[in-house]
Amino acid sequence: MSKSEAISWFRIQEMFRFQSFHMYGIIGTAVVLGTLATFLIKRYKMRDFQGNPIVFQPKEMSVPRYLFGGSIFGLGWALTGACPGPMFVNIGFSYWPILVAIVGALLGTYLYGAIRSKLPH
Amino acid sequence: MLELLRQPWPWYTSGAVIAFVMVLLLFFGKSFGFSANLHTICSACGAGKKVKFFDFDWRSQTWNLLFLVGAIVGGFISAEFLSTGEAVQISQATIDDLSALGIASPEGMQPTEIFGMEALFSLKGFLILLLGGFAIGFGARYAGGCTSGHAISGISNLQLPSLIAVIGFFIGGLITTFVLLPLIF
Repeated sequence: MSKSEAISWFRIQEMFRFQSFHMYGIIGTAVVLGTLATFLIKRYKMRDFQGNPIVFQPKEMSVPRYLFGGSIFGLGWALTGACPGPMFVNIGFSYWPILVAIVGALLGTYLYGAIRSKLPH
Repeated sequence: MLELLRQPWPWYTSGAVIAFVMVLLLFFGKSFGFSANLHTICSACGAGKKVKFFDFDWRSQTWNLLFLVGAIVGGFISAEFLSTGEAVQISQATIDDLSALGIASPEGMQPTEIFGMEALFSLKGFLILLLGGFAIGFGARYAGGCTSGHAISGISNLQLPSLIAVIGFFIGGLITTFVLLPLIF
């Protein structure tokens, strides 16, 4: 991640301003190869290393959940320039202020857990 | 060889590595989803006593916490041994747009206006990180996944919900970029 600068706030800004292909290239390559791999795993009914079949849990269909939840996530992603994985990679880079964002993310996760029954899903 | 590793890597390398990580996790009987760790950490901290959502056997997710530790270690190795310390080479258009907001062109990986110590100890800088992180944590669980779970794993499995979530990521991201950032800076 870090070697292609996907953990950089600047790169995320560039992505949301549609001013470079870089991030789209990263995500696009991952999705194309991922789709191919997922297809092959299903097609040949591959098993994991313990011999259990690899199963894909289909996601439950809903619009508000993914649209609202996704939009809230996007607000934060563009603000801090880091989604959950890169947040932790930033610790390795000694960008200590990211710890504040991680505490925020834990608080946000906790609040969701506390009020989820009241939210439209 | 080392010199080649030190340079920033092209996008296709990183994209391929991400897909490889996803496949590797599948072959270990797991799935690729990073924000689940936030759920796990809340549970490990005892949130399950008060909120049912966190009442599960978090130890079964230890493998994912190890993945998280790996992300930190990977970042450290990359920063210490495989970095030229060069500024991120973003497009001139982005540099211009950001300087109009008062954010200087990159000197490293992150802007000092948000990740510098001075910013951290200002109310604005502190709140940007805290509230940004808060939205990420809340939104990721609400949407049932983040970039890894939806944009990569979900779309690779042709899941419509994941596509809706990614459209949501962009709605939020565009609002921050074009509405909130000009108001904040």
